[in-house]
Amino acid sequence: MTEFVEAGASLRSARLRLSAALWRRPWLKLALLLAAPVLVFAVVYLGALVSLFVSAFWQIDSFTAAVVHKWTLDNFKTLWQDHTYWRITGRTIGLAAAVTVTDAVLAFPLAYFMARIAPPRWRALLFVAVLLPLWSSYLVRIYAWRTILAKNGALNWVLNGIGLPDAGLAYTNTAMWIVFSYVWLPFMVLPVYAALERIPENYLEASQDLGAKGSRTLRSVILPLAIPGIVAGSIFTFSLTLGDFITPALVGGAGSSFIGNIVEDKVGQPDIPFAAAFATVPVIVMGIYLLAARRAGAFEAV
Amino acid sequence: MSRFSKRYLAWVAFGLLTGALAVAAAGCGGGGKSSKSTSTSGPSSIGKGEGALNLIEWPYYSDPKFAKKFEQQSGCKIHRKDAGSSNQMVSLMRTGGGGGGGQWDLVSASGDASLRLIRGGDVKPVNINLIPSWNDFIPIFKSPAHNTVDGKHYGVSLQWGPNVLLYNTTKIKPGPTSWEALYDPKYKGKITIPNNPIQIADAAFYLMHSQPDLGIKDPYELNKKQFDATIALLKNQRKLVKLYWNYDTDGRAAFANGDVSLGAIWPVDTLALQAKGVPVKEVIPSVGATGWADTWMLAKKAPHPNCAYLWMKYVTQPQVEAQQALIFGETPVNPKACPFMNKIEAGSCAKYHLNEPLNYYNTIKFWKTPIPDCGNGKNDCMNYNAWQTAWTQVTG
Repeated sequence: MTEFVEAGASLRSARLRLSAALWRRPWLKLALLLAAPVLVFAVVYLGALVSLFVSAFWQIDSFTAAVVHKWTLDNFKTLWQDHTYWRITGRTIGLAAAVTVTDAVLAFPLAYFMARIAPPRWRALLFVAVLLPLWSSYLVRIYAWRTILAKNGALNWVLNGIGLPDAGLAYTNTAMWIVFSYVWLPFMVLPVYAALERIPENYLEASQDLGAKGSRTLRSVILPLAIPGIVAGSIFTFSLTLGDFITPALVGGAGSSFIGNIVEDKVGQPDIPFAAAFATVPVIVMGIYLLAARRAGAFEAV
Repeated sequence: MSRFSKRYLAWVAFGLLTGALAVAAAGCGGGGKSSKSTSTSGPSSIGKGEGALNLIEWPYYSDPKFAKKFEQQSGCKIHRKDAGSSNQMVSLMRTGGGGGGGQWDLVSASGDASLRLIRGGDVKPVNINLIPSWNDFIPIFKSPAHNTVDGKHYGVSLQWGPNVLLYNTTKIKPGPTSWEALYDPKYKGKITIPNNPIQIADAAFYLMHSQPDLGIKDPYELNKKQFDATIALLKNQRKLVKLYWNYDTDGRAAFANGDVSLGAIWPVDTLALQAKGVPVKEVIPSVGATGWADTWMLAKKAPHPNCAYLWMKYVTQPQVEAQQALIFGETPVNPKACPFMNKIEAGSCAKYHLNEPLNYYNTIKFWKTPIPDCGNGKNDCMNYNAWQTAWTQVTG
């Protein structure tokens, strides 16, 4: 019996010593807490990025297509010199920007209505409506759009029904723009909603008291306060479009390849080094975009 | 410690970490470089099955209708991975250090992938004597250039099919009779073409007959001048193309939805579309066509070699060849399959050209990976890398 008590006491004292040691050295506590996630982040995330970047400086043997581990800048030279890759990069960035602007324009009024006008029950309903598409697979939604936009599809059926000609949207860049804007819209609505909801009511009252009309309040009070939300949403829509390759493959036509499609082709060829080199382009573009977003104050509210 | 130096320290730590990872990555990569060992022509007999067989295959290539029986007989349970494209097959075989990564046993590679797998050391020679049906094969499929190198067989031929010209009979009148239709501005915006660099050969095949002075003898062996002429033709064709299909099911959907009404596709898609009631008809123009021929190839690191041999032996038998041919819509390499095909579907042997004389095969130019050596001793042909790059320039 006494042995048990003694054992319990020593265990307890060890625990006390440990907690005292941790209390005296707060950095140790922090290090222990963060070790696992930091390790995962460093190995899994940064490790993958670094190995990608390193292999971009290799080459493949033109005969066996095996990777040759000799340092070279040839892949980047090809990217720079061949205007095909400029065209593809331009198309990818251009469409990502167009989708982002479209989603911002569509999301703002919707989010405003949800955050400040709709009664609570409506708000819940609208939330479900915004999030519902995310419950189904992304692929299913793209295939759905393909059947809508097809020549024998629902869109042309409606247009013909009211006496209009075919829209002819199937397999075009316009089709990609529509589908992208649709699939990424929820990712814009939610951050904009969060930003708008946070604006204190008395700011708007103050603006009115000072004689500002609705449009002036919108321009000088609401929009500036919503900007961080819009920028945060734009990071989602921009990066998701930038990295996509499924939508271009399924609803794009001739001349609609994205960076991701070429990367996929090259991985399959297989020319991993060139794929890696081209894959660094969106990383750089995103880096620049994030720096610009930070300047716009997107991360101040996070 | 000042704020500045703390931040500085963090950056140094980050740099060190990144550097360490880079070295590790480089080290890992370096270790994977193996000396190319050319193994001899495989085992002298087939041992007992290992109980499992892992296949990378075109969809339906181990359809349960004929694979069930194999599983019961051999005790080899099939695990299949359907691939959508030749590129996907090559990259699957290359993952895990190549040679099938110790995971895959066999891959049903088409001719545009098979030489890449052989040159890359991902597949190994097989002892063809262990596959009795091989002796019955149509001669050109016994040791074709796309799966036999220096007299070594890197697998066993299986089935083949032509790339056909398909058109919608209600929208294209009269129906086309020549490959020229695919380059005809009359059909602008109605055409679909496979999104595959090997498609360059189709354009070269067309030029072979329409511009004989270019001197193209083989659409897969193109020198710089012939290649440039072919790419110029393809760049013009791009303006007419509505869709470059990635998977044949995408091309099929475009026909079914009315988005395209003319294109290059496979017989399996014709069958599927006609079964759905889409008014389409396929044509093989009189000059012939390009075609694919598939090979079951043995992965270098195959974990179940006995089951792999048992499977190669099983699927090349006449009855099984006939079954597979009619499920997928392709032609067996074993002519003894003919009566079995007719038994399943009357007249199907003739429909799939299995009863043609040997000179018929001269009109079908089978896919093979382009390499610099095209038999004239000059090594002046464009290699597959150049084909891939040019294809990106055309379609991208």
